[in-house]
Amino acid sequence: MNRYTEQRIFAFLARASAALILAVLAIVVGVTIYRGGRVFLTDPAVVITPPGSRYMLDGGGGFLHAVLGSLFIVVPATIVAMILSLSTAVYLQSDYSSERTSDVINMFLNVLWGTPPIVYGVFVLTIIIAVGAQTSLIFGVIAIAIFQYPIMTRYADEALRSAPDAVKEASYGLGATRFETAKVTIRAALPGVIAGIIMGFARGIGDAATVLFTAGRSTQMPGGPFDPATTLPILIFEQAASFNAEVRSHAYAASFVLIVAVLALIVASKLLAGRYARFTPGGRQ
Amino acid sequence: MTHDTDSVIRTDDLEVTYTGNREITALNGVGVDFAENRLTAIIGPSGCGKSTLLKSLNRLHEIQPNAEITGDVYLEDEPVYDTDEPLPEIRRRVGYVPQKPTPLPVSIYNNVAYGPKIHGDHSREELDEIVETQLRKVNLWDEVKDRLDAPGAELSTGQIQRLCLARSLAAEPDVLLCDEVTSALDPISAEQVEETLADLKEEYTIIMVTHSMEQAKRLADDVIFLYLGDVVETNDARSFFENPQNERTREFVKGHTAVEYDDGEDDVSEGDGSADEVNGDDADGSRSTEETESIPAER
Repeated sequence: MNRYTEQRIFAFLARASAALILAVLAIVVGVTIYRGGRVFLTDPAVVITPPGSRYMLDGGGGFLHAVLGSLFIVVPATIVAMILSLSTAVYLQSDYSSERTSDVINMFLNVLWGTPPIVYGVFVLTIIIAVGAQTSLIFGVIAIAIFQYPIMTRYADEALRSAPDAVKEASYGLGATRFETAKVTIRAALPGVIAGIIMGFARGIGDAATVLFTAGRSTQMPGGPFDPATTLPILIFEQAASFNAEVRSHAYAASFVLIVAVLALIVASKLLAGRYARFTPGGRQ
Repeated sequence: MTHDTDSVIRTDDLEVTYTGNREITALNGVGVDFAENRLTAIIGPSGCGKSTLLKSLNRLHEIQPNAEITGDVYLEDEPVYDTDEPLPEIRRRVGYVPQKPTPLPVSIYNNVAYGPKIHGDHSREELDEIVETQLRKVNLWDEVKDRLDAPGAELSTGQIQRLCLARSLAAEPDVLLCDEVTSALDPISAEQVEETLADLKEEYTIIMVTHSMEQAKRLADDVIFLYLGDVVETNDARSFFENPQNERTREFVKGHTAVEYDDGEDDVSEGDGSADEVNGDDADGSRSTEETESIPAER
């Protein structure tokens, strides 16, 4: 084959694959917005109305319980995971660990990252059984935090590693302690760190398997941290499997809420990262 | 050294070895004195241990893994290695200006205020005063006084390097280490930084690594010539350049040693992986050859 033909074929494949991805994304987002948005426009109250007593059967009321459940589970979980993952990521830098130690820990993190979320769910379930508790919001928080931790740590680690060494050197050269230098390095790596946190949040808010056994499939408003709760992904699964057409249409409305939340987060992270990139040496490309 | 000023900082049989994939001795039992309120230039071919010597003075090379050290450094007769004094205190007293102009990821103001902030409590007024004083010392105040809250990273490379100088001075060091601070700058910025250094050497003990013979001639009071981890000759600048004692120094001053470069040793012993270490032009003393690599001056 002629090398120019080869080149043309490759260029075609590259463009086609990009177009395919964009098309799939557009269809998913489009269908969700079209079908969910329709419910939304005709009956926007479903998002802020608590479910009726027989919601899954007759669609009475809305799904505020799952919206709140998602928020109350994923926001605290993200905060916990953020603190843990930033600490770990700092520990993995050469200031604290030898290269070998951080390689080993990184391997474990990869294993954790690759572990299916349902496994975390079952793991937390055994804790619930061991302590004789019931599925509740607080255990959902724990399971989601464990699930987010390796994701956020890997992002933070990469971001800290790509921060210029000269920043570290400058900070130490001014007589900063390791902790003060870590803060400066995090500041220099902030765009990447924020991206990791948002990614962890988005993955957490979209995950069903971790929550299934830990917070439950409650159809009632969560009243406190020890009440059963549920999140949007589980709700969507239940709604989509319902016999009632109205409940099924609510599944699209719930998907719409979820997808808009994730998109909004990504936009927010871009804006935030851009703000901080101004301060990063060489950050403005 | 041949003058009678007291030494502020001296090394005693300092030996630094990098134990990586292959073992490299970067400094071979170096014992040198650095005199107070003078500017000492460390010169020598790439990979000869210049940066290592500089960074070992405030133990900055320790942030790279795999550096082993024997011997000691004495700062006003107090040991730097064999001591209970916290490392950050030593590094405050021996400031370091990196080769690559790197602002901290904060505002211009906070770049300068960083050292004072971490080392003591200062009121806002005190900090304002420190920032202005230090920025004036490096001739940057007039250029940035209206935008102190702008990110340090938005300045030009030359301005950033002067900001780095001000930042180091604000920590009130006894000794200032400058690692090829003009090598990443365009000629005009480099000249400004040189002028600043010339002003500063009246009040500070400055130790600088330089690639440029011309720069050493212009700025240095004393010169240390390192070759492959050994001190070949130290002398006051005038005697050093006009009447070198050692054969190797004579060759280097004339510009012949430059061909004997060992590029491989560069990355490990200099540690900063700087691109401009590999060209063999430092002995000819022209600054312009060094500005072709490294970071672009304009962004």
